[in-house]
Amino acid sequence: MNDATTRAFDVQAIRAQFPILSETIRGKPLVYLDSGASAQKPRVVIEAMMHAMEHQYANVHRGLHWMSERTTEAYEAARDSVARLMNAADRSEVILTQSVTGSLNLMAHSFGRGMLKPGLAVLISAMEHHSNIVPWQMLRDERGIELRVCPITDAGELDMDAFERLLSDGKVGLVSMTHMSNVLGTVTPAERIVQLAHAHGAKVLFDGAQAIVHRRVDVQALGCDFYAWTGHKLYAPTGIGVLWGRKELLEQMPPFLGGGDMISSVSYEKSTWAQVPHKFEAGTPPILEGIGLRAAVDWVLDIGFDAIAAHEADLVEHALARVGKIDGVHIIGHAQDRGGVVSFTMDNAHAHDVATLLDRQGIAVRAGHHCAEPLMRRLGLDSTARATFGIYTTREEIDALADTLTRVREFFA
Amino acid sequence: MSGFDDLRDLYQEVILQHGRHPRHAMRLDVFDATAKGDNPMCGDRVQVWVSLAEDGSIAKTGFEARGCAISVASADLMAETVQGRGRDDTRALFAAFREMVRTGVCPACDSALTEPMERLAPLSGVHDYPSRVKCATLPWHALIAALDGTKEASSE
Repeated sequence: MNDATTRAFDVQAIRAQFPILSETIRGKPLVYLDSGASAQKPRVVIEAMMHAMEHQYANVHRGLHWMSERTTEAYEAARDSVARLMNAADRSEVILTQSVTGSLNLMAHSFGRGMLKPGLAVLISAMEHHSNIVPWQMLRDERGIELRVCPITDAGELDMDAFERLLSDGKVGLVSMTHMSNVLGTVTPAERIVQLAHAHGAKVLFDGAQAIVHRRVDVQALGCDFYAWTGHKLYAPTGIGVLWGRKELLEQMPPFLGGGDMISSVSYEKSTWAQVPHKFEAGTPPILEGIGLRAAVDWVLDIGFDAIAAHEADLVEHALARVGKIDGVHIIGHAQDRGGVVSFTMDNAHAHDVATLLDRQGIAVRAGHHCAEPLMRRLGLDSTARATFGIYTTREEIDALADTLTRVREFFA
Repeated sequence: MSGFDDLRDLYQEVILQHGRHPRHAMRLDVFDATAKGDNPMCGDRVQVWVSLAEDGSIAKTGFEARGCAISVASADLMAETVQGRGRDDTRALFAAFREMVRTGVCPACDSALTEPMERLAPLSGVHDYPSRVKCATLPWHALIAALDGTKEASSE
């Protein structure tokens, strides 16, 4: 790690805050290179949730008693922290959902069914996660919306010429695009995407499930209209996701799930909806998860994205140099702008077998199609193994991966 | 040798051999039944073709697999061991095999199935790897589906 980063960022001090990182797997230290699937949790998150359960817990938004009021404050503080993280213009633009899948389905339902007329198109890319494909397919089949797919180059970057062509007839109502590929690590040119889409009358939604972890996402600077992500990849618990949207758009959109908390008044004849964001938050929300999310976001902001991004850039460079050099191992994806995701294949060995051998040495990676089957077909692959990095990942762990891969290669040679 | 000696229980030499050079990895031109097997969780896919003898027993099995060493080796060993077996016999062999890869013990190994089960025994190490058990059983699910006249099998 270079000097500038060391000053700002002490990875060992970070690691000490993650209790799970001192676990051993079959007698070997855990080398957790699967943070892109789900990240581990720092002590502040664990303690925030435990504190709520032990000292300060009740249902939110409805109780008139002390416990409910305190819990509501603690839960609603998550919205403020998220608004700060994303530089949202207003805290009411932050909708808390169950997951990024929940956020994207909310969009397909409320924006898709509410604001996209049949005949209009949704434009995605050839490197989407299934969760940014299937909800739009369902919308297409139900409502006569067209689904367009922007191709990628062989390096794994968005084909910007094709992107502009696909927008040119003015029929695209929504661009729904990954901000960072979970397979290739590619970071898409968000500002340019927004510029072109807006010039052709399309709104823009980013799937930021991966990107939010790796760099500062300032929605006002990006200029996008919607941004979806999930807590559990950002060191928060599972079961809580985020959809940020421009208030004037959210106000025009019909609700998604119906139930308590999302209404203003209910009679058998007619119900009216609560204000944004509560209109989109039916039922008892993930209270403890929200409290955990707030702790995680505050913790990340305290460390700062400059330090996080510098640490990650160093890890990616090291991984590409070490893993990319192993004979018979091929890095998949060569985008210029990329984050902490490194996919690879190995000659004469299936990714599952590689992952099992790595696991035997305590090294956790993901193997398979990564919920991106159409992308795998585009790449001409059945599966890849994938190492993903978190705030606590070290160069030494990448060395362990590279050394073990060299031995795996001998095993299957 | 490469420091993975503790993995020899899973990747025995016979599995690596069958995984690398399967003898039955072929589409049959003439066949009586075929079915696909699909593991949606990991993306493994296999298609099995079967030709039957006049008495209804399996004359020949061929397969095309997209998957790991375990699934390819399992498909190949399966094709080898089911040859000449009738439908019920094949089903009984699968039941015993499934038990073995799930538990590591072979309940049928001192019965009429001793001989084929001994040939399948190199796969018993899979039981230590719960996420990989389906790799070993997927080709069998496809074979049974073919014999039953079902087109698709899932290991889910």
